[in-house]
Amino acid sequence: MLLNRLKAGGPAIAKQGILVAFILFMIVFSLMSDRFLTADNIMSVFRQSAIIGVMAVGVTIVVIGGNLDLSVGSMLSFATVLVVDLHDKIGPELAIPIMVLATLCLGAINGFLIGILRLNSLIVTLGMLSAIQGLVLIYSGGQNVDIVDQRGTWFAIFGRGSVLGIAAPILIFGLMAIIFHVIMSTMPFGRKVYAVGGNPTASVFSGIPRSRVVFTTYLISALCVAVAAIILGSRVMGSQNNVGQGYELQVLAAVILGGTSLLGGAGSILKTVLGVLMLAFIQNGLILMGQPYYTQWLVTWVVIIVAVWLDVAAKRGRLFSPIA
Amino acid sequence: MSDQQEPALRLKGIVKTFPGVRALDGVDFEVMPGEVHALLGENGAGKSTLMKVLAGMHQPDEGQIIIAGKPVRMTTPIEAKAQGVVLIHQELSLVPEMSAAENIYLGELPLKRFGRVDWTTLFERSNAILKRLNCNFRGEVTVANLSIANQQMVEIARALTVDARVVVFDEPTASLTDAEKVVLFEIINDLKARGVGIVYISHRMDEIFTLSDRITVLRDGAYRGTLTTADTDEDEVTRLMIGRSLDLSRDTAEHSLGEVVLEVRDLSCAPLFKKISFSVRAGEVVGFYGLVGAGRTEIAETLFGLRSPDSGEILVDGSPVQINAPADAIKLGISLVPENRKEQGLVLSMNCRDNMTLPQVQNLTTGPFVSSGAEIAIFDKYRDKLEIKTPSWRQTTRVLSGGNQQKIVIGKWLSMHPRVLIVDEPTRGIDVGSKSEIHMLLRALAAQGYAVIVISSEMPEVLRVSDRIVAMYSGQIMREFTAEQVTEDSLVQAISGIRTSEVA
Repeated sequence: MLLNRLKAGGPAIAKQGILVAFILFMIVFSLMSDRFLTADNIMSVFRQSAIIGVMAVGVTIVVIGGNLDLSVGSMLSFATVLVVDLHDKIGPELAIPIMVLATLCLGAINGFLIGILRLNSLIVTLGMLSAIQGLVLIYSGGQNVDIVDQRGTWFAIFGRGSVLGIAAPILIFGLMAIIFHVIMSTMPFGRKVYAVGGNPTASVFSGIPRSRVVFTTYLISALCVAVAAIILGSRVMGSQNNVGQGYELQVLAAVILGGTSLLGGAGSILKTVLGVLMLAFIQNGLILMGQPYYTQWLVTWVVIIVAVWLDVAAKRGRLFSPIA
Repeated sequence: MSDQQEPALRLKGIVKTFPGVRALDGVDFEVMPGEVHALLGENGAGKSTLMKVLAGMHQPDEGQIIIAGKPVRMTTPIEAKAQGVVLIHQELSLVPEMSAAENIYLGELPLKRFGRVDWTTLFERSNAILKRLNCNFRGEVTVANLSIANQQMVEIARALTVDARVVVFDEPTASLTDAEKVVLFEIINDLKARGVGIVYISHRMDEIFTLSDRITVLRDGAYRGTLTTADTDEDEVTRLMIGRSLDLSRDTAEHSLGEVVLEVRDLSCAPLFKKISFSVRAGEVVGFYGLVGAGRTEIAETLFGLRSPDSGEILVDGSPVQINAPADAIKLGISLVPENRKEQGLVLSMNCRDNMTLPQVQNLTTGPFVSSGAEIAIFDKYRDKLEIKTPSWRQTTRVLSGGNQQKIVIGKWLSMHPRVLIVDEPTRGIDVGSKSEIHMLLRALAAQGYAVIVISSEMPEVLRVSDRIVAMYSGQIMREFTAEQVTEDSLVQAISGIRTSEVA
């Protein structure tokens, strides 16, 4: 049966493309470096992927809803700078809720422009990307911010703490992924996001409040950024003005690698998690092999192209398509 | 058609398989020069695959394509065109931002030295072709600014850039008005007179019987026979197509009418429709008949909360209501099966069950979670009730046939127990067999007490399902007929804007 499906152009493999590629990479890297498959290394990769991962959860939901969010990178800069700066001024118990609210406001702007006014999400969030970066610089006056008493604050537990030997960032990432996976796959809201992303017109004709659904996806994305900012600020205990620069592309790469369709209506949070881990392991593996860090960008790009190709091939039922 | 004449095109024993499907199973087909040969079959019978083989988009696994006596192999549409075989697609495949002339010569623009486009020649040649087609626009016009019918003309003009031997029309009238159809038929007859062989694919029997010389029927990818149009009738063709005969008579079973459920008073929405008044009773089917653009769909959209009216009243069960969004309409028990199934009716990437329960998913919960059991129960109930053919609720709706897709949309609303069911073009693009099933279903629903509004541009359909018929012209109601009063003539007059004195 497998052979038959292979003959048909390989969709059997292609459908699980991400998983197969993931396993292949793991095998190759573990052969090339004996440190790769150690518990220590794996844990550290998990921990490092948590920030991208939490953000990717939100962006996956936006993309399933048929839109893009490129503003998450500079939104992360904004949220991290804000929470770190306010920490020493008003204490963490006030800094965190204020930062979360402020970040949600940014998400609401995205949601209003894209959901309610129906503007193109690529243009809106690309604009927000630079607008928010500007906002950060205005707020901080170009100064990097630090938390002075790094040992005495409970704020440290989010980035540096651990429960039962598992680092807090990993737990937070896991929790966020599970919560939103459950929402997306078993709750009415999730169903509506898939419907709106799959066919906005038909959703409206079925009485689904399309504008509100899209608006909410951007709030969720902003919430995820706020959570990522707590992990990042707590781990670093300080923040540069442009700490989130380039994160939007890594996040989007993970989402695409996880097989979420950029056309909307299809995708899965758990597969995004796989995409996040795969990117993280590739980057880690390349470093262990002694490659300079910038090689990872080249390799990442190749991996994404192959993933997209296999995805398209699976839909077409063959690897090459002479006529559209 | 004399016996010694060579066919313009001949397909012999064409076999084409796709993984798991034998799409074409030894199909024979031929077109003589100067003949209109209709190709018929239900959706999925293999018509489109056969035409793609002919246009060089698919390679046949077995069999021969013979053009003017010579066996040929064609691997691209350009090669097929060079052989004189041109396909006019069902869905327009024009580049809307370009001029008509550029579209006509797309892929083969006349060039000057250094690969520069020879605009003078391009416009000269394309204007000559457009003139031959009696088009009232020039090649310089941007395609996006043309009406659908004129865009179709551009598509046809494309076929005439070469000395076409065979032109294939795939459902050409799907988006044309009656007047535009007349022009199209003239062109087809003109091509025919020039000795071009025409392959004509359509679901509409009346067109096929007006136009064609012979009819070839496919069923399940296999050749079922060729009939001479003059010697056959719709009945025989249908039997060949669906393998059984079809009951086309009107369901006259009397059922008692209930109270007025929906009433509309002086509803206006400039410039789409004005002063619309009508009412629908429980157990009644009211047909809305008129030309495309007469305002029927817009009225339906207003009743469903997708447009807001300028003035007028909507009453449900005798009390005035405000409908600002589809959610309001749904709450009042008004539901709409929209005109365009694939764009407005279904989320094609979702499975059958999820599509059917979409409007009520918020209420089908146990705790915060969607109750899968409740959803499957609803799906099973309406699958059985409407006889939806699908292997499982997990099937994505994309792969279902048009008839089954339409039943999912109807089931979606029935499961909400509405009072009023508005059905816009219920059988567009649906094959004959499923068509009559849907007609019977609409009658049956009325008998169960639903108030049903059917909007249709097909007269036989309106005549068959309606208890009363509202004829519309240019945003106004011209006349109302009861099923007993109505005649085809008076109906045509009414929708063409001709006022006749009311006959008692």
